[in-house]
Amino acid sequence: MTTLVRGVTKVFGRKRVLSRDRITLVLFMAVPLLIYAIWVWGPALATVAISFTRWDNVSAPQWIGLHNYTRLFQDPLFKQSLINNFIWLVVFITIPTTAGLALAVILDRKLKFTRLYQSAIYLPMVLSLPVIGLMFTWFFKPDDGLVNTLLGLISHGNISPGWLADPHLALAAVLTAAIWRHVGYVMVLYLAGLKGIDPAMREAAVVDGANEWQLFRRVTLPLLKPVTIIVLVITIIESLRAFDLVYVMTNGLEGPNHATELLATMMFNAAIHNYELGYGAAVAVILLLISLAFIITYVAQVMREEEEV
Amino acid sequence: MADITLPRATEQSVAKTRRSLGPRQLKRALLHVILATIAIAWMIPLVSAIYTSVRTFADGTANGPWSFPPHSFTLQNFVDAWTDGGFSGYFLNTFLVVIPAVILMLLLSSMTAFVLSRYRFRGSRLLLMLFIAGLLLPFQVLLIPVYRLSNFLNIYDTLGSLVAIHVAFELGFCTFVLHNFMRTIPKDLTDAAAVDGASVFRIWWQVVLPLCRPALAALATLEFTWKWNDYLWVITLIQSTNNATVTLGLSGLRGEFVTNWNLITAASLLAAVPTVIVYLVLQRQFLGGLFVGSNK
Repeated sequence: MTTLVRGVTKVFGRKRVLSRDRITLVLFMAVPLLIYAIWVWGPALATVAISFTRWDNVSAPQWIGLHNYTRLFQDPLFKQSLINNFIWLVVFITIPTTAGLALAVILDRKLKFTRLYQSAIYLPMVLSLPVIGLMFTWFFKPDDGLVNTLLGLISHGNISPGWLADPHLALAAVLTAAIWRHVGYVMVLYLAGLKGIDPAMREAAVVDGANEWQLFRRVTLPLLKPVTIIVLVITIIESLRAFDLVYVMTNGLEGPNHATELLATMMFNAAIHNYELGYGAAVAVILLLISLAFIITYVAQVMREEEEV
Repeated sequence: MADITLPRATEQSVAKTRRSLGPRQLKRALLHVILATIAIAWMIPLVSAIYTSVRTFADGTANGPWSFPPHSFTLQNFVDAWTDGGFSGYFLNTFLVVIPAVILMLLLSSMTAFVLSRYRFRGSRLLLMLFIAGLLLPFQVLLIPVYRLSNFLNIYDTLGSLVAIHVAFELGFCTFVLHNFMRTIPKDLTDAAAVDGASVFRIWWQVVLPLCRPALAALATLEFTWKWNDYLWVITLIQSTNNATVTLGLSGLRGEFVTNWNLITAASLLAAVPTVIVYLVLQRQFLGGLFVGSNK
């Protein structure tokens, strides 16, 4: 309490905090916090509680302990979702991040038409996922989509995969759309990071005779580390949140033979379609546990930067 | 610094006067070829959607959807989407959700950011951490309770339920960004106002908020785009067509007009118009916006 008073007095140049100001300050903190608690942290905790119940959305929830979790670990669909989420994550953390970084480094040289290139690659980020999903469904349509029309021209009609209807290709098709969108996101984050680097650092390395690869590997990349952490966390969280594209592109939510089933779609199906709120909540808790590790990393990084200033 | 940049500049101008194709120019040309190829490849899905949207359904069935040159040109698909497809209503609904949501989230988060950036008190860091940690939560973790909460508050299937969750969820991100920005505002400014007898409310409203205009503009653009494009919360909280937003209306088209891709692509392009406009107009803020304040 004394620290609070001392801190506040310091800010106000030794003047006492008037009671009207105190009310303003308390309201400024309390109103947003209350809203955040009711709609964000409260529900997150409630989900954990719901996951220990059987609940059909009509009758009162029944406490069943860990039953949802034991059921989950025997459910082949859960295994399938975990594997798909893992594939999504690995692809997402390698392809669009590398491509986005490379593009950012090239575009940072202020070549002619940089704006134009940048806009073309960033544009997908502006589109909604349902728009992207529909565009790519049309793109990958088996009989007369653009991809198969072109493949047909090259192979004289011999190659015409089913894409979204093919259990082996459905996930790849959805991922193509997701990557198309994500590259621009990563690129923009890195471009912003590159702008923050002191040019003198890189010029010094050039004077010391570093070639371009060395310059990138030993100077630029280490300096971009804070951005890289943010990019990785965002990429991971985006792959755990992935839902809309699968929902739109493989209409039946899970694709052929659940080929595109993800934790997020499985959760949605269980809770909203099958009215198994407890079971859906258990899937959500698994998602939360996986995310939590990355959320903590992110918060730690942000707080570290906070202290540096 | 001057003597480091100087040699590079002269070297460049010498190369220019010689007009020969040195290795530097060759490399530059190669980069342009690569970048142009990527940029064009990136536009293919969009361009093919535009191509489909301006052709008639009959043309596509008779000549194949990719026949070139097209045998028809029409804007009727856009008109149909807007009127029969119900997009005029979906647009109105989306604006009615997004605009109040963005204004409210910016107002509320600027209050928390103001307090957290100006005052240190016990637990202030913990509160900041709570806001930052919340911004990365997967939406699915909140889905069931928020769905039940909307039922409980009698706002299920209303635009208000969407405004509420959007405002609440984005408090984390907006507080984080605004807090970063407000820390760069010198303390002397607010102290001077305080010495002159300004109340905390006036300092927030008349000193700090006007200074935050760049950050607020950047956030408004980003949030407008994100909220305009929301899909998960709409399919969770909205049931009736009357209350549907653009993304929900769009995915609904597929069931209704299974085979009419000309209409679907036209509707998709319509749905993207507001966010593309916002992006093109406010491009600069958009790019800088993600890191406002952190790099000064």
